[in-house]
Amino acid sequence: MSKKIKAAIIGSGNIGTDLLYKALRSDLIEPVWMVGIDPASEGLARAKELGLKTTSEGVKGLEPHIEEDEIRIAWDATSAYVHAANNDIVKAHGVKMVDLTPAAIGPFCVPPVNLQEMVGRGEQNVNMVTCGGQATIPMVAAVSRVQEVEYGEIVATVSSKSAGPGTRKNIDEFTRTTARGVEAIGGAKTGKAIIIINPAEPPLMMRDTVHCLTKDTPDEAAIRKSIDAMVKEVRKYVPGYTVKNGPIFDGKRVSVFLEVEGLGDFLPKYAGNLDIMTAAGLRTAELIAEELIEADAAA
Amino acid sequence: MNLEGKSVILHDMTLRDGMHPQQHQITIDQMVQVATALDAAGVPMIEVTHGDGLGGTSVNYGFSAFSDEEYLRAVVPRMKHTKVSALLLPGIGTVDHLRMAHDCGVHSIRVATHCTEADVSEQHIKLGREMGLDTVGFLMMAHMTSPENMLAQAQLMESYGANCVYCTDSAGYMLPDEVRTRISLLRSELSPETEVGFHGHHNMHMGIANSVAALEAGAARLDASCAGMGAGAGNTPLETLNAVLDRMGVETGVDVWKLMDVAEDIVYPMMDHKVRVDRDGLTLGYLGVYGSFLLFAKRASKRYGVPSVEILKELGRRKTVGGQEDMIEDVALDMQRAMREQAESDAAPDATRRGEHARESA
Repeated sequence: MSKKIKAAIIGSGNIGTDLLYKALRSDLIEPVWMVGIDPASEGLARAKELGLKTTSEGVKGLEPHIEEDEIRIAWDATSAYVHAANNDIVKAHGVKMVDLTPAAIGPFCVPPVNLQEMVGRGEQNVNMVTCGGQATIPMVAAVSRVQEVEYGEIVATVSSKSAGPGTRKNIDEFTRTTARGVEAIGGAKTGKAIIIINPAEPPLMMRDTVHCLTKDTPDEAAIRKSIDAMVKEVRKYVPGYTVKNGPIFDGKRVSVFLEVEGLGDFLPKYAGNLDIMTAAGLRTAELIAEELIEADAAA
Repeated sequence: MNLEGKSVILHDMTLRDGMHPQQHQITIDQMVQVATALDAAGVPMIEVTHGDGLGGTSVNYGFSAFSDEEYLRAVVPRMKHTKVSALLLPGIGTVDHLRMAHDCGVHSIRVATHCTEADVSEQHIKLGREMGLDTVGFLMMAHMTSPENMLAQAQLMESYGANCVYCTDSAGYMLPDEVRTRISLLRSELSPETEVGFHGHHNMHMGIANSVAALEAGAARLDASCAGMGAGAGNTPLETLNAVLDRMGVETGVDVWKLMDVAEDIVYPMMDHKVRVDRDGLTLGYLGVYGSFLLFAKRASKRYGVPSVEILKELGRRKTVGGQEDMIEDVALDMQRAMREQAESDAAPDATRRGEHARESA
């Protein structure tokens, strides 16, 4: 087997830690560094226990080690506000970035919809939209590949416990970035996103509702078939992705009611919103790793 | 308690909460007609927005007949004394909507979150305050958390810059003692410069009693709606509240006779859905379910053949919060499936019996 590509995780919070657990299972990537900003961070301590090098000095703390440790891929699991600065530092050292914040400075990637389009483009920075986007954009795309979607609207409901301080402070970035993703990757002419945070105990499983308004009368059989196929694609990396109800056809409205159960790697299973994000982030990084390995072999 | 000589700001909800029973289809002419009549009656504040706040127009909540901007641009310039507010729910509307509302000349922005999630309002409250707006934090479904936690959430909103915080009984669930406890705690613990408000619903017919309790406990602002036009079984009816306050000697600055005319001659005839405490409305209040779910549950009931009261009960069991309108159709579909499966197993008694037999022998 070829040598794994070495990677760094920026952000030692819930997302970064869950991503670490998943990345440790990867055949293509070896997570080497975990970057935080708080020396007392539990995430850093956990990463250290799992054998990673850690720094609490942010990306500046990682920078001197990028070449010697052959870091070629980084994930940013911090916040939209600091992403651009983080990216500038690693970019100067030729590191590819998978951005899990809603900063969206690079092109969007929703793996089951457009991962293949990323091949050969050599993007330095790709953005994972938002958790709600990862869960819902595949369904919008499943409808829009059958027929024109005038309007796509998604409602993401997450448990209060799974909505971290980043999401809360950046809630407008969530709605804006998701709506843009519904348009750019989902293929809806106009997109809208709504997020609801529910504090119920025990915490509720992530729920997502997708409403599409088609231009012409929906082709029910073709849309059902397309949605089934898309669900299978998503389930390849998020096995707990389920259509609870629908598709419902009501005039030109097509609605799908989804539930996303996480793998429960580090985060509890109800946090499907975070799980789908880390799973998509890993899948995207693995594609980049494959390309790097191929390029290395050719060189 | 003697409230004689006390004054209170009445904030009319007809053109925002009243959008719910009208399915957000109020016309510009109706908006202007109601708003100018309220202005003439001396109502100090009115709210104009989609029922679910700025940017609420959607499949999930219903598309409004006109945009928030069209409504605001039509109403604001026509007001002689009345100040106009807009509602914003982070997660639905964004600071872009807030900037637009500011540009339309609103006096006040009310930023609404579920009673335990105040920290999603930071961006919006800060910006509202920066723009010099009267900035209000609006804690919805207040019955779903303890008074102490609600205070902590109110303090967050205050720390972001809210100059007024509301206890919002979105489900019309609260009884006067619960209102009194919450408002007293907010009043005694928030900074004296921060005002406290109460927004009541009439699902248990408690709108007036709760508003009076809030006033006694130190509320400076009370929300109400002409003819009670609002979500669920409606808001606290404004003309009745004003009549009660007049008799108590509380100063509202509003002409109760003119208010009665607005309710009787303009708002009642306008109502598509007659707002009243019917079975579904009472269920909302009795169980503490979000008021705006009412008409969605009635429609889902018709479409899927399941009782609306049962849909509302299930939404209560699922501990849904404001904004989860999508779950109404989801619940109705689940219930329809369960009913079909039940009917199928009833229609095939032999198979069922065989199944039971198999289990017994296993």
